[in-house]
Amino acid sequence: MIWLWAALATWAGATALNVALAGSALAGRRAVRLAIPALFGATLMVLWEGAVRGLKVSPVILPPPSAIGARIAADLPLLWTDFVQTIVKGALPGYAIGCGAAVLVAVLIDRSPFLQRGLLPVGNFVAALPVVGIAPILVMWFGFDWQSKAAVVVVMVFFPVLVNMVAGLAATDRMQRDLMATWSASYWQGLAKLRLPAALPFLFNGLKIATTLALIGAIVAEFFGSPTRGMGFRISTAVGQLALDLVWAEIAVAALTGSAFYGLVALIERGLTFWHPSQRARA
Amino acid sequence: MKHVLPVLTVLVAILALWYAGAVAMNGRWARDQAARAGVEIGLAEILRDTMQQERPVLPAPHQVAAEFGKTVFATKVTSKRSLVWHGWVTLSATAVGFALGSAAGILLAIGIVHSRAMDLSVMPWAIASQTVPILAIAPMVIVVLSSMGVTGLLPKAIISAWLSFFPVVVGMVKGLRAPDAMQLDQLRTWGASRAQTFWKLRLPASMPYLFASLKVSVAASLVGAIVGELPAGATAGLGARLLSGSYYGQTVMIWAALLAAAALAAALVGLIAGVERVVLRRMGMAR
Repeated sequence: MIWLWAALATWAGATALNVALAGSALAGRRAVRLAIPALFGATLMVLWEGAVRGLKVSPVILPPPSAIGARIAADLPLLWTDFVQTIVKGALPGYAIGCGAAVLVAVLIDRSPFLQRGLLPVGNFVAALPVVGIAPILVMWFGFDWQSKAAVVVVMVFFPVLVNMVAGLAATDRMQRDLMATWSASYWQGLAKLRLPAALPFLFNGLKIATTLALIGAIVAEFFGSPTRGMGFRISTAVGQLALDLVWAEIAVAALTGSAFYGLVALIERGLTFWHPSQRARA
Repeated sequence: MKHVLPVLTVLVAILALWYAGAVAMNGRWARDQAARAGVEIGLAEILRDTMQQERPVLPAPHQVAAEFGKTVFATKVTSKRSLVWHGWVTLSATAVGFALGSAAGILLAIGIVHSRAMDLSVMPWAIASQTVPILAIAPMVIVVLSSMGVTGLLPKAIISAWLSFFPVVVGMVKGLRAPDAMQLDQLRTWGASRAQTFWKLRLPASMPYLFASLKVSVAASLVGAIVGELPAGATAGLGARLLSGSYYGQTVMIWAALLAAAALAAALVGLIAGVERVVLRRMGMAR
């Protein structure tokens, strides 16, 4: 019981501290802005640990964070092979191919308003569909190894990026395009110097959505058949063996990878679209 | 109406590609069979055969349509072979999850808008929670809940709620902050309390944002419900149908289930869009 009370006390204390910090004059500082969510996250961990120990929850239902941490430390090589199989071989090539193809298609159909009017509603519709459902079909076509996972990722990321890129290419206004015309810029010059840069904020919007989709696609595709390694494979077999600490270890790796991937794309975005109001407001 | 012709063209092109793909991918099987039987077959036979194989690599559209029609209209709704029945199982989990998720999202957004501490501490984690491939947790949620005695609808609904809450939080926070300083000042000069400001200004102003994110989140919650049916040997629902189709190589069945899922997604998004149109028109906000 003492664990539970200690955790609840920590939670109350940290919340009070957070409220005080957020209300104080320090709240504008960068360090404080990072400290508040970090404190909140740490509190959640303490609460989790305390609740599991205090209420004597069986590790088969919910292992405490300390056990998960120990499992990560003990099984690093295993986690690394799964990471390579799922992320490096499955998700990343799929992400690159899918996003590249979507950008290319967007540029190609850009010259034809007819195709745009036809493809956009279809693309929007497909983007809302449960695309993961094609995973079993692609696993059948491309086999159990990483090729089928990459294919699922390609299909999953293609439409969100396409829709965003097409919207981005339409984002310049008439005045800017007229200016390019008065400089007698060719179509390709106008594309390279005005419309592609103007499309970047939209493109990155799509790319950021696609990071999560890529991980989801690669992991879920492994539920339908995979070699004996990979994060999705490990999760589904470890659940069967009730080795929940290993499942949580995989989830922690997936979460870290997902956040890092998203953060990386966001960093590149900040570097390339520094001129956009949404980036300047933050600085 | 200027959209109808281009969209139709694209759809026809997709169908044509689909048929071409079916011929190309199923052709090898047809040729192998013929070679094994020791007969020479021409293009016409290959074409005919690729359109009607029992377990094609890529079923032709009319095969999928036939299977879809058979399992939706020609089978009794209560039968386990009926896609309507499977679709209903998935739809009920989706609906419960969507309701839970969007309610949680709206409440969280209200908290975030009204408490600075919550804004600073919760919002980064809400964003981080979405960079986590949450579907990866689906099998575990199902197994853990079933070991605690919770089975059936609820575990799936929880997964779909988790997927659907985030778009609502983001959209609703944006919407509740949509009133500009002038409007907020106006209410302050009228001596409005925080609750009054919320009910009379912030909430109505957030409606367009709310509906936009509800459309995203209803699609997400359908994905959640389908993926929630994949693990742990579920026997009912569109996800289970996909899984058993992939186990037994019943490609036509997979495609029919996919078609049903697509139709369901379209119907759900269409339903929200309809409610949106009515509500916004009644509020005088229709564009």
